[in-house]
Amino acid sequence: MTMSATALVAAVFVLGAGTFAFRYAGPMLRDRVTLSPRVEQLLGVSAIVLLAALVATSAVLDGREFAGVAKPAGVAVGALLAWRRAPFVLVVLAAAATAALLRLVGVP
Amino acid sequence: MRSIYRTLRADRALTRDIALVCVADAVVGLSFGAIAVSEGLPVWAPMLLSVVVFAGAAQFMFVGLVASGGNPVAAVLAGLLVNVRHVVFGFTVGDVVGRGWRRVVGSHVMVDETVAFALAQPDATRRRAAYWACGVALFTCWNIGVVVGASAGSAVSDPAALGLDAAFPAVLLALVLPALRDRTTALACVVGVAIALATAPFLQAGLPVLLALAGVVVALARPAHPSSEEVAA
Repeated sequence: MTMSATALVAAVFVLGAGTFAFRYAGPMLRDRVTLSPRVEQLLGVSAIVLLAALVATSAVLDGREFAGVAKPAGVAVGALLAWRRAPFVLVVLAAAATAALLRLVGVP
Repeated sequence: MRSIYRTLRADRALTRDIALVCVADAVVGLSFGAIAVSEGLPVWAPMLLSVVVFAGAAQFMFVGLVASGGNPVAAVLAGLLVNVRHVVFGFTVGDVVGRGWRRVVGSHVMVDETVAFALAQPDATRRRAAYWACGVALFTCWNIGVVVGASAGSAVSDPAALGLDAAFPAVLLALVLPALRDRTTALACVVGVAIALATAPFLQAGLPVLLALAGVVVALARPAHPSSEEVAA
């Protein structure tokens, strides 16, 4: 790392301020404008689409590269259990355990 | 705030689910602290990032770029791009965040997990309780994890060995799945996920997820309410 401590602190605070602005914008602007039920519905769908895209990309990829087999396999087991309406705790633990066990036996 | 406590006492399952996510995220925080220090950052850097930014993916991205000698401006921009999605989240869960100082605190603890937990609740009271409980607990656990990880350094084991990298998508998936019973939402998600996966190998992190929003066009093209199916039936 070649960056000075001052530059690093400044960078952290700029990233923090920008991130906070993104987070604060919605709750603040919602107060000033009245959203129609239709817009509310579309916002709800948008948030779910964003989360679904995060699930897919983080399950299959590591940055821009394919993440290997263990992680997607773990998430797939979790997905199957969630689809069968298994309890949340079971879904999460089964996903993690599957990935961990596959790695233990040498699957990347 | 009192009603949040009451709701959580009544809904043991919700409290347990949030606790599980907190434990998992604390371990990821542990490794974040350890990785940041092992890559040459000062011990305070991951701790400061976790308090000031509090966004896992952006923090990992920032540390990776800074540690490899990257330009600080590029590292900040890359982190911001990963976090743009919070604008949409804010509009969606803005009603549970509150006003005044609560809005400041509530906005700061807005992360994927808190939003997903809130959206998975059936009514407004539980939405608010889930959002705040998850937000405050995650902020606490994540930061404790990072402090311990940064102090202990490389002694911390790899979270991938515990399968925790698979736990994050599984958490969000389990929370999002009930919403997919609505056909319009499901269709929008299928299109969005396809776009995100197809573009992810070529684009800067953060962009593919934003492009997935094009899937919402599907929802726009369909009638205003999910009741359209009931009308058809």
